[in-house]
Formats: sequence, C-alpha cells, structure tokens
Amino acid sequence: MKKPRLTRPVLLDVQDITRLYGPAKGCEAIDFRLHAGEVLGIVGESGSGKSTLLRVLAGLEAPDAGRVIYRRAVHEPEAARADFHEPEAARAGAGEDVLDKGELERDEAELDLYAVGEARRRALLRLEWGLVHQNPRDGLRMGVSAGANIGERLMAQGQRHYGQLRATGQAWMRQVELDPGRIDDAPRTFSGGMQQRLQIARTLVTRPRLVFMDEPTGGLDVSVQARLLDMLRTLVRSLGLSVVLVTHDLAVARLLAHRLMVMRRGQVVETGLTDQILDDPQHEYTQLLVSSVLTP
Amino acid sequence: MLSETGVSPKPSLPRLTVDGLHKQFLLHGQGGLEIDVMRDLSLTLHAGECLVLAGRSGIGKSTLLKMLYGDYRIDQGWIRLHFDDGELDLETLPAYAWHGLRRDVIGYVSQFLRVVPRVAAVDVVMEPLLARGADENEARQRAETLLARLNLPERLWRLPPGTFSGGEQQRVNIARGFIGEHPLLLLDEPTASLDAANRDVVIALIHEAKARGTAMLGIFHDEDVRERVADRLLPLDGSLGSPAATSQSFRESLS
Repeated sequence: MKKPRLTRPVLLDVQDITRLYGPAKGCEAIDFRLHAGEVLGIVGESGSGKSTLLRVLAGLEAPDAGRVIYRRAVHEPEAARADFHEPEAARAGAGEDVLDKGELERDEAELDLYAVGEARRRALLRLEWGLVHQNPRDGLRMGVSAGANIGERLMAQGQRHYGQLRATGQAWMRQVELDPGRIDDAPRTFSGGMQQRLQIARTLVTRPRLVFMDEPTGGLDVSVQARLLDMLRTLVRSLGLSVVLVTHDLAVARLLAHRLMVMRRGQVVETGLTDQILDDPQHEYTQLLVSSVLTP
Repeated sequence: MLSETGVSPKPSLPRLTVDGLHKQFLLHGQGGLEIDVMRDLSLTLHAGECLVLAGRSGIGKSTLLKMLYGDYRIDQGWIRLHFDDGELDLETLPAYAWHGLRRDVIGYVSQFLRVVPRVAAVDVVMEPLLARGADENEARQRAETLLARLNLPERLWRLPPGTFSGGEQQRVNIARGFIGEHPLLLLDEPTASLDAANRDVVIALIHEAKARGTAMLGIFHDEDVRERVADRLLPLDGSLGSPAATSQSFRESLS
C-alpha cells in the first residue's frame, strides 16, 4: 500500500485580515488557507463577523489590514485564463525574454486581491469566482428572464451565440431542478426556493473555481432547504468546486463542509475537521454552540 | 510467507500502530469537569487481520475508533499508519489532509447511519466511489450488488433511508462502508441490529476484506460473530472507562 498524496494546493491564502466597524464588530486577525477542492464552513451566531469576513474574501469590501492572496496557477481552464487578462498585460508578456516572462507568470500565478485594481477584482469575481447571496434578489436580476440571468455571466466571458446560450440556460435549469419551459419567465414569478436555485445556476454556469456562499439555505422552508442541500452537495462534488460557506446552521455545515472555522465576536475561536468540531469541540464557546442545537 | 499457526497465512506488516493514547474530555459548561475516558492505550494492527476490541459494554470502545477516524481529537499519544513507502503520523496531520485519508485509506462503518434528506439509499452507498471520481454507472452497479447481497429489498434502493427500519439503515451503512475497500476499516457494531442471515453476509464481507489484506479494527457485541471474525482480541478494561462517567459521547455528557 502506497502512501496517499494528501497535500492539496492552496487556492486562497488569507493573511491576518481585519475589518472592524467598532470594537468586536466585524472581523479581526483572520488567518487561514483554503485548499483546492475543499468546502470550508464558517459558523457562528449573528454578529460574529462571519458575513463581514465573507465580503472581504469575496472582494466586496477592503480590509483595514491583511491580505487575501488568490493562487490562480493550479488547474486553470485555458479559456478562462485567456479571457481574464487585460489585453495590454497579455500582449506585454508575449515575445519577451525568459526572465521577463518568468516575472509575468509569477505575477499571474498569485493575485493579491486588494493590491490589484478594482477592474481586475471585478473581472475575477465575474470570471473565476462565484458568489451566492442569502437573498436571491441580491444575486439575480429580477426584471429579466431566467434564461438571461443564467446567460449573463457567460456573455461576460465572451459567449454571444444566442442558441447556445439558450441551450445552456435550459440545461442548467434542469440541473437545478427548474422547469426549462420557464426560461422566459422573470424570477419574480418564481418561489423563494426556485429563485435560490436559479441564483445557483447563474453562479455556477461559468464553472467558477471558487464559490462563496452566504447562508445559501437561510430563509427557506425546511423541505425546500433539504432539496437545495442535496443539490449543492452533488454540484460541489461533480464540478470539483472549492467553497467558502457561511452559515449559522450547524446541520447545514455538517452536510456540506469538510472543515469548519468557528467565529465569535469577530475572531476565530476554533478550527478543525467538521466532524471533530461538532463531535469533540474544544473551545468553551463551540461546546456551548454544539450543545444548544435541538435534535428532533 | 511462513505461518506459525498453520491457520490462514497473514502478512506480518503492521499497518497501524497506536502508542500511549490518552483521551480526556474537558466540559466547560460543567464547570470545567474533566472526564478521563482512555489511558495509555497501545495496539498494533496488521494487514489482513481483524482485531476485536473487548471490554465490558459501555466502556467507550467507540472512542478509540472515533480517534482513529479523526472524529475525536488526539490530545496525547501516537497513531501511526504504515505504508510501503513510509509512515504517516495522524496526531500531527493537518485537518485538510484528513479528507484524502478518509477517501482513500480509512473507512468507517458507524453504529448509526447519518441520514441525508432526499438522498436515495443507493446514492448513499455509491458516494465513497464517486468521491474518488469513479464512473457513475459502475459505482451504481457495485452499490446495487452490495445492497442485494445484504438482502435490502429492491423497492427500497431508490428511497431515502430516513424511513427505513434500524436493520435496513444499518445494511445501507454497511454497504457504504465496504464499497470503498479501504485498506483500513473501522467497524462499530456492524451486526448489532441484523438477523442471522444478514449477520452471515457481514461476516462473509469481513472475510473477503481480510483476504484482500484489509486491516480491520472492530467492536462486536455478539459473541458468535466475534469468534468468527476475530484474529485477536484486545482487552481494554484496563485502559478505557472512568469512574466519573463511562460510555458517554460528548453530547450525552453535556446534557
């Protein structure tokens, strides 16, 4: 029996992030690494700073201190790579001598989220990352059709063929268990659970490598929640997604996350394998959190 | 390979060694109550061998399995896996490395199935193969073969096991545990709620796993089963259990 390869490349290197609105409001000195293919759950009660942290990680809010490093080098889809760079930068790299090319590749391989410009950060979120909001209204365009919602990110990647966009839209509606016959309906005519599934289709259609999810099942009826959880599990596995998931629901965390980070008053109090955090919690606060859950 | 006893020849390579393992639960909510559940436990497990944990019921034998699976933290002591090309210490393994270890090396048949809403029995069983990137049809076929062997009625295969009886859930759990053919398998009372015919199937599965070289560590209450699968017994009365509290999972001990 050969020793298994257990190391996985680091996709997101979060270094000492602080974003405070007031004392213990926000997040403070957060330091962790997300590995490729990993689902990391951030759990804690409301006000623990987990949503602030997610906003910083997802490029929506600059931190007061610290860095978010995104390692783009591993398993990069060729098309996305070609499309992502500003044409000037791509051209500058072509035909240069070896040393310069090396510099450029190093620059490409690692991206310091808040050191690059706003335009590049937005491009990253549009092309290589995905964000699923708790409220589908924040992630969808409610006035345009379901098909246009799914197609929008693809068009941002340069796809223009109407028939292809429509076919992809229908395929993704099927994938998230929506009736493809409703492709021309506006999301506002959908139920909450359907809207959330549409938002997930819209986000995942571009095959992002890294997805941020903020309470993706929050605000949904329990039966609708179960359906969504099952769907997310399958998608995460089949697309090989890396995910940062924020949730206050430990049952959701148990089902989706490989690893957990427990936050309280803006700080991380405990990290570990999901099972270990929930079955053998070490920190006083984690023990309280775990023992407070009602099990039917 | 030479065999001293003349029974089934066993490769003598240790696959797992445990040395000086301790486990203590510290309950902050109970005024910092400390519960010692394990003291100075050591063992060696070889490839193709089934070692059965012995000791009175309620002593906390599952605790050891949970520590080996990364479910409980290893605070003191050593757990080491042996491979052809090196060793791996589990007590210092970073959390992310456990994902791959569980996928490829350590399998676990827990006492109870963790039911996921809406997921059909056959999908629960094939999941460990899909996690390795196996072909879906092939995985489904193997899952169905195992469920058929364990006499789970075919009409149940496409249903989520939430409404199944204890015995039916346990058979889904066993199929899920065995399908991955992990080289190290932890078995926590796999035959507890099964009838005689299905117990025989599980015993056959264990024997087949041994023949493949699987190293197994198990808890079996049923004496007949224990005798038929155990190559050795590991008496644990000396190193498990505590006067303050015995056999309590963390959650139970909190409430």
